[in-house]
Amino acid sequence: MIAGESIFNQNNGSLPEEVLLVRTIRRMLSYAVPYWQHLLVAVVTLTTLTVLGMVNPYFSGMLVDRVLKGGEKQLLLPICGGMLLVALARGVLRYIKGCQIERVGQGVIYDLRVSLYAHLQRLSFSYYDKVRTGELMSRLTGDVEALRVFFSDGILNLYECALTLVVVMVILLKMNTKLTLLCLSMSPFLAWVVFRFDSQIRPAYSHIRRQNASLSAVVQENIAGVRVVKAFAREQHEIDKFARENEKLWERVVYSADVRATYIPIMDLLSGFSSVAVLWYGGYQVIQGNLTLGSFVAFNSYIWSLIWPIRRLGHLVNLLEQALAAAERLFEILDTQPAIASPAGAVSRKVRGKVEFRNVNLHYGSADVLQDINLVVEPGTTVAIVGATGSGKTSLVNLIPRFYDVTGGQVLVDDVDVRDWDLGALRKHIGIALQETFLFSMPVGDNIAFGRQDASQTDIEAAAQAAQAHAFISDLPEGYDTFVGERGIGLSGGQRQRVAIARALLTDPRILILDDATSSVDMETEHRIQIALRSIMQGRTTFIIAHRLATVKDADIILVMENGRIVAQGTHDSLLLTSAIYNDIYQEQYREQERLRDLVQATGTTGGGVVG
Amino acid sequence: MTWCRQQGQRGVGWLAKARKDPKATSKPRTNLYDQDEAIEKPFDKAQFVRLLSFLRPYRQTVVYVLALMIVLAVANLSNPYLMKIAIDVHITNGNLLGLSLIGLLLLGLQFVVLYCSRQRTRLMSRLGQNILLDMRAQLFAHIQRLSFKFFDSRPAGKIMVRITNDVNQLNQLLTGGLVNLITDIISLVGITLVMFWMNWQLALFSLLVVPLLLLIATKLRRLVRETWRDVRYRNANINANLQETLSGMRVIQCFGREETNLQHFRDLNDDYKNAWMRAMRINMFFGPSVDITQVIGSVVVYWFGSQLLFAGNNITVGELVAFIGYLGRFWGPISDLSNIYNQLLIAMASAERVFEILDYPVDIDDAPDAIELGTIRGEVIFDNVTFGYNDDRMVLQNINLHAQPGQTIALVGPTGAGKSSIINLVSRFYDPQAGSIYIDGQDIRKVSLNSLRRQIGLVLQDTFIFSGTVRDNIRYGRLDATEAEIIAAAKAVNAHEFIMQLERGYDTELQERGSKLSVGQRQLISFARALLADPRILILDEATSSIDTHTEKLIQEALAVLLQGRTSFVIAHRLSTIRDADLIVVIDKGRIVEQGTHLELLGRRGVYYNLNRVQLLQGEAM
Ligand SMILES: Nc1ncnc2c1ncn2[C@@H]1O[C@H](COP(=O)(O)OP(=O)(O)OP(=O)(O)O)[C@@H](O)[C@H]1O
Ligand SMILES: Nc1ncnc2c1ncn2[C@@H]1O[C@H](COP(=O)(O)OP(=O)(O)OP(=O)(O)O)[C@@H](O)[C@H]1O
Ligand SMILES: [Mg+2]
Ligand SMILES: [Mg+2]
Repeated sequence: MIAGESIFNQNNGSLPEEVLLVRTIRRMLSYAVPYWQHLLVAVVTLTTLTVLGMVNPYFSGMLVDRVLKGGEKQLLLPICGGMLLVALARGVLRYIKGCQIERVGQGVIYDLRVSLYAHLQRLSFSYYDKVRTGELMSRLTGDVEALRVFFSDGILNLYECALTLVVVMVILLKMNTKLTLLCLSMSPFLAWVVFRFDSQIRPAYSHIRRQNASLSAVVQENIAGVRVVKAFAREQHEIDKFARENEKLWERVVYSADVRATYIPIMDLLSGFSSVAVLWYGGYQVIQGNLTLGSFVAFNSYIWSLIWPIRRLGHLVNLLEQALAAAERLFEILDTQPAIASPAGAVSRKVRGKVEFRNVNLHYGSADVLQDINLVVEPGTTVAIVGATGSGKTSLVNLIPRFYDVTGGQVLVDDVDVRDWDLGALRKHIGIALQETFLFSMPVGDNIAFGRQDASQTDIEAAAQAAQAHAFISDLPEGYDTFVGERGIGLSGGQRQRVAIARALLTDPRILILDDATSSVDMETEHRIQIALRSIMQGRTTFIIAHRLATVKDADIILVMENGRIVAQGTHDSLLLTSAIYNDIYQEQYREQERLRDLVQATGTTGGGVVG
Repeated sequence: MTWCRQQGQRGVGWLAKARKDPKATSKPRTNLYDQDEAIEKPFDKAQFVRLLSFLRPYRQTVVYVLALMIVLAVANLSNPYLMKIAIDVHITNGNLLGLSLIGLLLLGLQFVVLYCSRQRTRLMSRLGQNILLDMRAQLFAHIQRLSFKFFDSRPAGKIMVRITNDVNQLNQLLTGGLVNLITDIISLVGITLVMFWMNWQLALFSLLVVPLLLLIATKLRRLVRETWRDVRYRNANINANLQETLSGMRVIQCFGREETNLQHFRDLNDDYKNAWMRAMRINMFFGPSVDITQVIGSVVVYWFGSQLLFAGNNITVGELVAFIGYLGRFWGPISDLSNIYNQLLIAMASAERVFEILDYPVDIDDAPDAIELGTIRGEVIFDNVTFGYNDDRMVLQNINLHAQPGQTIALVGPTGAGKSSIINLVSRFYDPQAGSIYIDGQDIRKVSLNSLRRQIGLVLQDTFIFSGTVRDNIRYGRLDATEAEIIAAAKAVNAHEFIMQLERGYDTELQERGSKLSVGQRQLISFARALLADPRILILDEATSSIDTHTEKLIQEALAVLLQGRTSFVIAHRLSTIRDADLIVVIDKGRIVEQGTHLELLGRRGVYYNLNRVQLLQGEAM
């Protein structure tokens, strides 16, 4: 693992769980802080609503007592009018409250999503080597949604419960202390049950969230690899794989429901007990004559207002735990330190193009991938790298834009360690055609302008010309405006590579890196690209990785790599004399060449006719 | 490209604002993953019924849950009634025994409620999850049957959202909503009956406002439906963008696009937030309007009730008060129903999206009378095949090709000539617009896809590695392969050596897309995968393009043995790799311009001869 960037970093493992929990809750709530005005408005309207809610029953009581029973007909109109007014006011308030609280929920997830997105863009290649796209997707969608539910549903509910509980408790205590205490006598048991419930439901919810992520990873991978799935007719295998995850999700969700099914009815039962206890004891007191019937009836009618908030507690715990399970997973992403970031006081200036490797070592896991790399490349030099598959060519060039950090030694650009460079400034001057072509779902023209959005159409076309892409792009149905899909479906392999080369060229880089960028391009086109590149490369430091010597032989320096080491370096001619490995490669390709020449000449003399 | 034109009007391209390009301003540039297929189906009952049909296999559970809910409703209603008796009868009369009995009864009832509500939660979660399970499985299985055309036209993120998020959206409706719907309707009917029984005039008066509510509901319905659709659609845009950003993160960091992307993502989120708030603002009308109509209803009853009372029309104060009490109960279910209705509208926005995929036609499928292809000899014939990915642009024209069993056919030609396309047709990933392809004399449209593809081993131009071990990846095409066979395949492509150097050899866990391997190593593994499948027809689409020439040569020597008796198609740009092919087919601009053996073609001094000359000239300079 490189520099401590891990997917699941639990670095505060030493702290007790409760402290962590409180911390997570605090952190989660802190996302609502910017929206405190909306929250405040919602709370105020809710309070008013609760108060207003007591007005209409009062009106209807009055209506029954004074109008219907008392016959005060003249009161009918004002009371009805009052009721309508109150209802209207409540309607408006409810509407306001709803909108405000949704604002909070939406604001929170907006902020969260954007900060997650921004953070993810800062995480380095080594993070993406390990993480599963589908899983990240599920976090950024499902988990974020769980938080929204909490903020637009849970918080106000919590407040409402607390408010009702306090108000009713005050009223009840004033009415009859003994009965109230009796009523609350079940609370310790209730608290214990809630605690048990809480500790069981939390892991259940994090399991669900995790399983959701696994499911989503399976789907994501299936869609990304659909061509292979179909090529090997393995649809059934994939369906089975999905079914397993799907069923696991089923189990997890049902398990959490079972936990709820176990505890929530018990909570209801306990609060039900207290109402029965009050009925029995209160009734007994009335019969004994210690309590008037009137006050008992009044007490009894309030008792449900005490019980429902207690009952709702279970649901609130539920909601909170769901949100917490989600929040933890989101914070995990936010807490992952980018392994590669610009240091304070980073160097930010124009790159000239000198590149130097000093005793560079690199390992991703345990095995060394690069060892003792020493190399000085003056600005404007063309460096070619050849070597067997897996010999470390890509790893070597990836160090220049600092996609990975060395594990030993130094990489310097313009005599400054890349770790002291401002990442943006450094990368801005490096143009790369990665070995694996990735095009975005947008018009071809925009793909080429990916690294320089202010490029004019002329610039784009010039870059495309150089990469030998202009001709085929012009042939597309909508020219440069033709959409190419994700991973460039819709273009042939060679066409994609040429778009990627054009994309790298357009950034007008000081350092140009072409990592096997023409592997899918036919020889003739490749040849034309090379000729075009020759003038473009003037004054730029260029790294070219290729397998065919014909492609690399004109380079100023050719590096021969084997097992992570540079085993030879020099020009083509000097390497032929000094390097056995290079000579082998040469001989192999040269023999091919000889055979080809013989054949062409043979057919050329016997066949006769037009020479193309 | 019709799909992108249809979507051309909506949304802002990711670059449109940034690029100072006159063309860009005159014609809005669009971005595929900003767009989603706008679904323009009306909310029809058929879709709702279809949603309900997912409940069918669980009818019994539904009935059981209903029974439980009725018991619960009765228990909950009898609670206040018993309390009332306790107070009115026993306490008033000082009957302690009676009070205690009722207390015991109430306690008993609590236990009944405990049992029932527990059962209900358990059953309902199973019911809902069963349906989601079925729905996801159906969707996934259906997607497996869809052809490449489907995948070509959508970003992966959009497909994912439908299987995961959209299905989950239905959860609430299915677990809670539908069952509550039934109980609410039952209690509504019951209460209405009671009200009519008590006083039909008052009942009529109280129902006076119901049409008003219906009016509001239907007026809101269309708006709400559209806004929720919009929300889902924008949500899909966010997800598609996310998905693509995550997959293309390396390129993004290479080109320092973080700021622009973030801004774009903000815009998408703004869109979503606005759509959500718009939906909510309309949605929020439901609750308050139910409340207000409720009060209007009560006022109407009070008003007319008291008029009746004062006029001395056969009604007592007690009756009126009781009636109004019931009226309160009448509005409970109505308010619930409006909630459920709302849920339904929200869920339908997702259901539509789920059904849209389920309804997406499987355009490449087994013919109804498809025959199973036995072990084939490997004769492949292209008979005048014309093909285009879109009907308006043909990529291949009049292709005629005859591969004898066991032959090696090389396809050469400039990039974009149509080589990969020819190969896509052999595996029937696409169907040609005209002409036919025969394997062993059978039209491939008449054989089962499975029996066809299982006999074809394909190394795609784009390698793909699944997360899992190296071993699992190699034996992907034949899970029952023995260890020795796996190693033999790896050795044939010269991959054994580097695999053994990995941390845990064949048991090394690879990540998505094989990010821990070099590109050439990935190619070797997918090569081994194709060999291990022991196919009758082997297709190598630039299978060694990222591999060094030495390894390539070793592979070729191994292949010479392995290919014996198999038909193979080889695409390569390094002409040396194909020289020994039995038939070399030169393709240019979608047409076969020459075919023959190496020597024949050289002798013809045509395109192939020139290709060789170019290569020679390049090499000559060495
Ligand atoms: N999925 C697709 N949808 C639409 N057009 C496509 C699709 N795939 C390829 N094309 C187009 O079809 C033509 C032929 O492409 P094909 O992939 O067959 O070329 P190729 O000969 O294999 O080229 P290369 O050597 O670069 O791989 C190209 O013009 C390409 O743009
Ligand atoms: N991200 C990574 N994590 C772990 N190991 C890696 C990673 N990338 C490459 N490796 C390993 O490092 C070694 C060198 O890989 P690299 O990609 O540099 O090879 P390469 O010379 O570019 O090969 P190719 O010609 O196939 O592209 C390989 O053995 C590979 O398995
Ligand atoms: Mg490489
Ligand atoms: Mg191709």
